[in-house]
Amino acid sequence: MDPILEVKNLSIRYHGAPEPAVRNVSFTLGRERLGIVGESGSGKSTVGRAIMRLIDSAEITADTMRFEDVDLLNAPEREMLKVRGKRMSMILQDPKFSLNPIQRCGHQIAEAYRTHVHCSKAEARAKAVEMLEQVHIRDPERVYDLYRHEVSGGMGQRVMIAMMLLTSPDLVIADEPTSALDVTVRLQVLRILDGLVKDKGIGLVMISHDLNLVRAFCDRVLIMYAGRLVETLDARDLNNAQHPYTRGLLAAQPRIGGSRAPLPVLNRQDSWLTPQAQGDAL
Amino acid sequence: MKSVTISDLCVSFGALQVLHDIQLEVAAGECFGLVGESGSGKSTILRCAAQLNQKWSGTVEIGGKSVRDMSVAERCRAMQMVFQDPYGSLHPRHSIRTTLEEGLRINGIGNRDARLAQAMRDVGLPVDFLDRYPHQLSGGQRQRVAIARALILEPDVLLLDEPTSALDVSVQAEVLNLLVRLQKEKGFTYLMVSHDLAVVDHMCDRFAIMQHGRVVEVLPREAITQGGATQPYAKELIAASLEYEHAV
Repeated sequence: MDPILEVKNLSIRYHGAPEPAVRNVSFTLGRERLGIVGESGSGKSTVGRAIMRLIDSAEITADTMRFEDVDLLNAPEREMLKVRGKRMSMILQDPKFSLNPIQRCGHQIAEAYRTHVHCSKAEARAKAVEMLEQVHIRDPERVYDLYRHEVSGGMGQRVMIAMMLLTSPDLVIADEPTSALDVTVRLQVLRILDGLVKDKGIGLVMISHDLNLVRAFCDRVLIMYAGRLVETLDARDLNNAQHPYTRGLLAAQPRIGGSRAPLPVLNRQDSWLTPQAQGDAL
Repeated sequence: MKSVTISDLCVSFGALQVLHDIQLEVAAGECFGLVGESGSGKSTILRCAAQLNQKWSGTVEIGGKSVRDMSVAERCRAMQMVFQDPYGSLHPRHSIRTTLEEGLRINGIGNRDARLAQAMRDVGLPVDFLDRYPHQLSGGQRQRVAIARALILEPDVLLLDEPTSALDVSVQAEVLNLLVRLQKEKGFTYLMVSHDLAVVDHMCDRFAIMQHGRVVEVLPREAITQGGATQPYAKELIAASLEYEHAV
């Protein structure tokens, strides 16, 4: 199968920063669910934003960065406007900040649709309501007319998912889609996202700091440390991870019913900064 | 070591009542957890106990004495609070020394340099970090400074408001280990808010589950794995956490 996304030796250096935030990251994505895991500051969100071409204050270099037939390195912004939000879209962390507070939720979904598809307002509204139903919102007609402050966090995130999947994109980048949600609704939102991604055959990049989440909802996992890719492995093999960083992250997590011995602390080593895992990544 | 007793605590913000008759008993030297979804009033309990929020009714007693009857100095030496976000809770233009020294100066405590150095050693930071500013520290180091600031007045009770939720798991492990060690060494009573049952299970002896401003149930930590919850919401929360951890 043709890859949806192909990234080879991606490096990103923010203007004014002495060191690149991301260096030599390579991966390909088919119609699968790919997790990118790492600590804060490891560059995982930067990679997501660079793919969407949402960073303009950085120098982005790569051998290849291709989304289907679009060359993301050289495509003009005019072309990106057609691609972004239609063929690839991004779900952000917190619906409180990513939904417009002074527009009705449903209106924002319909607007996203009408930006990319030529249709009447009534058609867009019907589409939006239908999509709200698909993200398991009961009474979508009512929710369509609600404002952001009138919906809960879980519902807000489902509105975001509806907005992002309405144009049937081929690629969705979810940047910490559930870390702002309570644990009781987290699984529900993830299941809805997962169901839609599977049904529609979307390629999903899930950016997260949570190894448990990625283990459960992804096929493959990239582990990032200090802007570098240190390990790539199948999600089900996560327990057999080889890299000491991955193993350290897994061990540092307290577990329900675990022993109360002091948690193993990550012992950072300079050797992790050498790109030994590049072979696996390709 | 001092116990914390909260009885009939009610709080309203305008017409909205956010806490309804909270009753909690925390034994001296215990680590007690507060869990619940966002907006359930967990942090508000801590803020009332610390008198950061003064409009409440009921009583909060530390070691048998009401916090309302204590002078500010006495209260500050009975309890201290550690906040959620170490990026927001340290003054960006104060050096670590200034931040830590302020409490000592206000309370007229002498021998400051030795105390500052001891506080830094207690939280496992190099003493020369005293002359750094918050932006020169990582998130975990900042949270250590926030804990050092709470320790320096030698309180009996520490109120911990999600002390690790802004941190990565690797850094969270360091901070949790630090809190466990300090409790063993100094016999603190902890009242800890968390949304992560795994953290509660790791740290706490007992915990209260809250919903809509009410304590739904108080459970021992064993109830998480052994299914000791009886209230529907408590069961749901524990089941969701277990499922999330084991979800495949």
